[in-house]
Amino acid sequence: MIAADLLVAQNVGFGIIAALMVIGALRVVTTNNVVHAALWLVVVLAGAAAQYILLAAEFVAVTQIMVYIGAVMVLFLFGTMLTRARIGAEKDLNNKNAIIGLPIAVLLLATMLLALNDGFTDERLPTDAPVTTTQQVSDQIFGIYLLPFWALSFVLLAAAIGAIVLARRD
Amino acid sequence: MLLNQFLMLGAVLFCIGVYGVIVRKNAVLVLMSIELILNSVNINLLAFSLRNGSVDGHTFALYVIAVAAAEVGVGLAMVLLMYRNRRSVGLDDLSEMKG
Repeated sequence: MIAADLLVAQNVGFGIIAALMVIGALRVVTTNNVVHAALWLVVVLAGAAAQYILLAAEFVAVTQIMVYIGAVMVLFLFGTMLTRARIGAEKDLNNKNAIIGLPIAVLLLATMLLALNDGFTDERLPTDAPVTTTQQVSDQIFGIYLLPFWALSFVLLAAAIGAIVLARRD
Repeated sequence: MLLNQFLMLGAVLFCIGVYGVIVRKNAVLVLMSIELILNSVNINLLAFSLRNGSVDGHTFALYVIAVAAAEVGVGLAMVLLMYRNRRSVGLDDLSEMKG
C-alpha cells in the first residue's frame, strides 16, 4: 500500500486483521461442518469490530460485539443444534449446481475491485479526524433519523412475535 | 490509511458471501453467508463516514445491525419449522412450487 509512510501501526494492524477476516470468511463458505462455520464466523465478526475501531467508530464496534457475537452467534448455534441430528462433518451441504458459484463470485469481485481502483485510487482517510462520540450518534438517531428508528423498533417487535409464532409447538 | 483498503476488504467479504449464498444448500449456512454480506456493507458505510467526516454512516450501520438481528431471528425460526415438517434443512428440498 502507498500509505506505508505514515500510520505504520494502523496499517500493519489492518493487514493482519483483514487477512484473518478473509481466511475466516473463506472457511465459513467452504467448511463441511456447520459448527465450525459458526465459529469461523465469530472470527470474521470480531475482525469487523476491530476494523470499526480503526475507522474511529467505537460505539458501532461495541454494538457489533454485543449483538453479533453475543446474541446472533448463540442463535446460530442453537439453530444448528436444533436442526441437526449429529455434530460433526457432513457432506451434503452444497448445492447440486454449485459449480456456477465460483465464476459468478470471481467476476463480481473483479468488477468491484476494478471500479474501486478507478474511483478512489489512492485517496487517503483523514488522519486527524475527531473520534465520533456516542453522543453524536445518539443525536443523529434521536434527531433526524427518528422515524426510521421507530420503524426499526416495529420491525424488531414483528420479528420477535413472528419467530415465537413460527417456532412454538401447538 | 487509504480509503481503498477498507473498500476492497468490504468487496472481498461481499463476494465471499455471495459465493456462499449461491453454493450452500444448508439453510443455516446460507444465513451465515448473508451475515457476511451485511458486515461488508457496514465496513463500507463506516469507511465513507470517516472519509466524509459525518456521523450518518454510523447510524446506518447500527440500523443494519438491528435489521440483521431481526432477520436471523425470523430466518432461524423458519429453518426450525422446516426441519420439524420435513426432517431436513436443504433448500433444494423446497420444490413444491416448481412447475
